[in-house]
Amino acid sequence: MNGKRMGMATIRLERPPRVRAWAAVGGKKEKEGPLGAQFDAVFSDTMCEETTWEKAEVHLQKVAVSMAANKCKLPISALDMILAGDLLGQCVASSYAARGTQVPYLGLYGACSTMAESLAVGACMVDGGFAQRVCAVASSHFCTAERQYRFPLAYGGQRTPTAQWTATAAGACILTTAADDCAPVRITHVCFGKVCDLGITDANNMGAAMAPAAYDTLHTLLSDTGTHPNDYDGIFTGDLGQVGSRLLCDLFSRDQVDISAVHDDCGKLLFDSKQDVHAGGSGCGCAASVLCAHLLPQLADGRMKRIILAATGALMSPTSVQQGESIPAICHAVVLESGGKR
Amino acid sequence: MQYVNAFIVGGVICALSQILIDKTKLTPARILTAYVVLGVILTAIGLYKPLVDFAGAGATVPLIGFGYTLAEGVKTAVAESGLLGVFTGGVKAAAGGISAAVFFGLLTALLFRPADKS
Amino acid sequence: MDLTPQEYEQMVNEQSKPSPLLRDMVWAFVVGGGICTLGQVILEFWKKTGLNEKDAAAATSITLIGLAALLTGLHVYEKIAKHAGAGTLVPITGFSNSVASPALEFKSEGLILGTAAKMFIIAGPVLVYGIGASIVYGMILVFLGV
Repeated sequence: MNGKRMGMATIRLERPPRVRAWAAVGGKKEKEGPLGAQFDAVFSDTMCEETTWEKAEVHLQKVAVSMAANKCKLPISALDMILAGDLLGQCVASSYAARGTQVPYLGLYGACSTMAESLAVGACMVDGGFAQRVCAVASSHFCTAERQYRFPLAYGGQRTPTAQWTATAAGACILTTAADDCAPVRITHVCFGKVCDLGITDANNMGAAMAPAAYDTLHTLLSDTGTHPNDYDGIFTGDLGQVGSRLLCDLFSRDQVDISAVHDDCGKLLFDSKQDVHAGGSGCGCAASVLCAHLLPQLADGRMKRIILAATGALMSPTSVQQGESIPAICHAVVLESGGKR
Repeated sequence: MQYVNAFIVGGVICALSQILIDKTKLTPARILTAYVVLGVILTAIGLYKPLVDFAGAGATVPLIGFGYTLAEGVKTAVAESGLLGVFTGGVKAAAGGISAAVFFGLLTALLFRPADKS
Repeated sequence: MDLTPQEYEQMVNEQSKPSPLLRDMVWAFVVGGGICTLGQVILEFWKKTGLNEKDAAAATSITLIGLAALLTGLHVYEKIAKHAGAGTLVPITGFSNSVASPALEFKSEGLILGTAAKMFIIAGPVLVYGIGASIVYGMILVFLGV
């Protein structure tokens, strides 16, 4: 045993940090989706009564953090650290949301994988004893992402069937130490991913760009821990969408491993296929809100015992796409277990 | 009859463009740019004028028609004022469209608010 | 992973649904044809008011551009375009939409650096290469005397 590491890249948390409380907020389309009723707050006006879309996203993140903190009756100032990320250039939605909190802050960028990244970094911080109460949060907003990555909203463009729909949503989790018996979920392992690139250049097919990263990280985590997909109640990838999910199953089937029975994808869970989202949802807020609205509650009440959240991110920028670069992708995984009390 | 011709020719030009969008990696901006240049070339070699005579707005409303307007303008201006016409003819002929796009674009920005898609 | 980019590309192509070409083409044909027919109606109208052929054509363009900008502001154009694709992209109305939509969208960055500076972010190349090509054509006319 080499410290807390096991196998190639998995980190076994010796004193598994707890997830004490969480909150998910979403926009209009998310409210109309299958998980609509499970959100803590939804904004039918996705401008959130602000003057710009960017301010609206900041608002989403602030609401998510304060609701999560409220649930464990902590003032935000009692947090040791905020680990936050979003899709905007220079990570501004997170930085502006953290402005005024007076809490030490780290801005993270992992594209749509950010929620798993912030959870994993936070869990390591807590297990290492560097912090006792950490808030992990991620957000995205359809309108800010479209403006940055694609076209103006009123531009008449056609989306291809493989395109994904950026969620207008945020999710926040409050992590505490292993000693916190009130917290219903714990994080036992984390696995930081490697950048994978199999040469996909189509920015309208991000699921395809990210599936190899998801495979790589999940494969590493499973073999490092000596577990099988069926040892988990669910393996939830973040935002592979329809196309990427099929590709992930194909990649595993090359190893004669069938994950289709336990695999699901946050991008497929967040929206209904009738909602005209093409291949499914995406964006940091997608995995973050599905985790906080749908997965953590099921772990908390014991409907699920152990799951993997493997959130994936496509790490291109508008500039790199215009310069013809292929799309590098990443996937970070965390293993979440039910049960705070021993 | 002119209406039917306009509908069919305009429709065919758009439907063919749809093949480019769906089947190639060309982005809309590239297709439009190619169309305008194509319009200039087709007009220069005398192929587009007959289509305009046949289909009217069916040939002038698609963006290839914008290239047609530019090329026809240059041709007329060169005949009238030589080298100077090279630089004035195109934009002069297209001035109405360009100014309208700028003006109405600005007006749209001033009068309306951005909205989310649903 | 023992998978080459070429092998993976093949897997991706198998799993990625292509665009529904026939449906898209029908939409593009009907809407694109419809916009052109509307253009013809407007053209005849301007001719009736006494404008000559050339002026009527310019007035038609201006009218269509104004209409498309209005529909852009009302967020109707993007809803039609979602289905119509090339049918709303290729007509001059698509040019207007591509100017008006960034003008509106980037208003939040101010009327100078947002609206005005970003106005031609999509349509700019059309003007640059359209005007460029027309000047090349003019040069050929002047120097080769065609």
